[in-house]
Amino acid sequence: MGLMDFFRASSRRADSASVAKERLQILVAHDRAERSRPSYLPNLQREILAVIRKYVEVDQEAISVTYEQEGTREILELNIVLPDGGRRF
Amino acid sequence: MNHTEIEERDLARIIVVTSGKGGVGKTTTSAAVAMGLAERGYRTAVIDFDVGLRNLDLIMGCERRVVYDFVNVINSEANLNQALIRDKRNDNLYVLPASQTRDKDALTKEGVGRVLEQLSQTFDYVVCDSPAGIERGAMMAMYFADDALVVTNPEVSSVRDSDRMLGLLSSKSRRAENNAQPIREYLLITRYAPERVVKGEMLSVEDVQEILSMQLLGVVPESKTVLNASNSGVPVILDRTSDAGQAYADVVARYLGDDLPHRFLDVQKKGFFSRLFGG
Repeated sequence: MGLMDFFRASSRRADSASVAKERLQILVAHDRAERSRPSYLPNLQREILAVIRKYVEVDQEAISVTYEQEGTREILELNIVLPDGGRRF
Repeated sequence: MNHTEIEERDLARIIVVTSGKGGVGKTTTSAAVAMGLAERGYRTAVIDFDVGLRNLDLIMGCERRVVYDFVNVINSEANLNQALIRDKRNDNLYVLPASQTRDKDALTKEGVGRVLEQLSQTFDYVVCDSPAGIERGAMMAMYFADDALVVTNPEVSSVRDSDRMLGLLSSKSRRAENNAQPIREYLLITRYAPERVVKGEMLSVEDVQEILSMQLLGVVPESKTVLNASNSGVPVILDRTSDAGQAYADVVARYLGDDLPHRFLDVQKKGFFSRLFGG
């Protein structure tokens, strides 16, 4: 290993390879989470939204469904943001 | 060992060589691994699933002996024995070339299953050389697999695609659909350049393994001999003096259960003679 290589190795943080690794770790974790989601999630989200819209005027973006796995436990989280003042039909 | 396992042993093991991304070394690997298995005494068939863009015949050096192809057999226009090309260097090895002209839809699940079933009766190993992408040819190459060699370059798009293939292997295969034992997945890193890893320009073996969390079957270094081998239609594993050839021989040995240390991971010190003559 030459002297330059030594300095390069000691400043690995700025290496393009470390950048690549970091980007891939985030991406792969995201892709894998996506894959492990049950396939019924989009339909579930659409139907819940339809039910809520019967009573409250909310946007498509006002509802979020997240799915997480912690060991053997599966967590389905539903988050609905109601409009300010709660405008009702 | 239960009864079904004993039954399974009599049939061929089906190995898919896959990657998602193109140009990473699937065909080079298929040719090398198939030849390596044949050299170890196993009756081996290697199938080109890249319908429309066949290349395995070229890499194997049998392109002028192609008469019938995979699709002819699926469509019952030829029987398997007419289409299989026996390798001139090794009697244990046969090549089933892809069709050059037909469209991809020619590969039906039933047809591919029938051909693999038939091959399984007489061969020990069937190596399926997958095309790039996730279209029909690639899906059919992996569907019936028992084992998968996931060929990956230490490069972002290749690693990402490999991870996507892992997802497909565990959901869109016969084993997944039948809730059978999952496909055994092996990581094969190719075109590895240790001198670039040292400089921080390339993902290391450990990096790739950590990201994909797979069992590492082998590392094949970036090597001029790979192009030389494909130029002359000789599987690179037969170039026994070359680093890539030896790396593939290790891959085959490890696949068959040998416990060998990984080689070619570090920068090779150039000796006086290789400096002089440019090794």
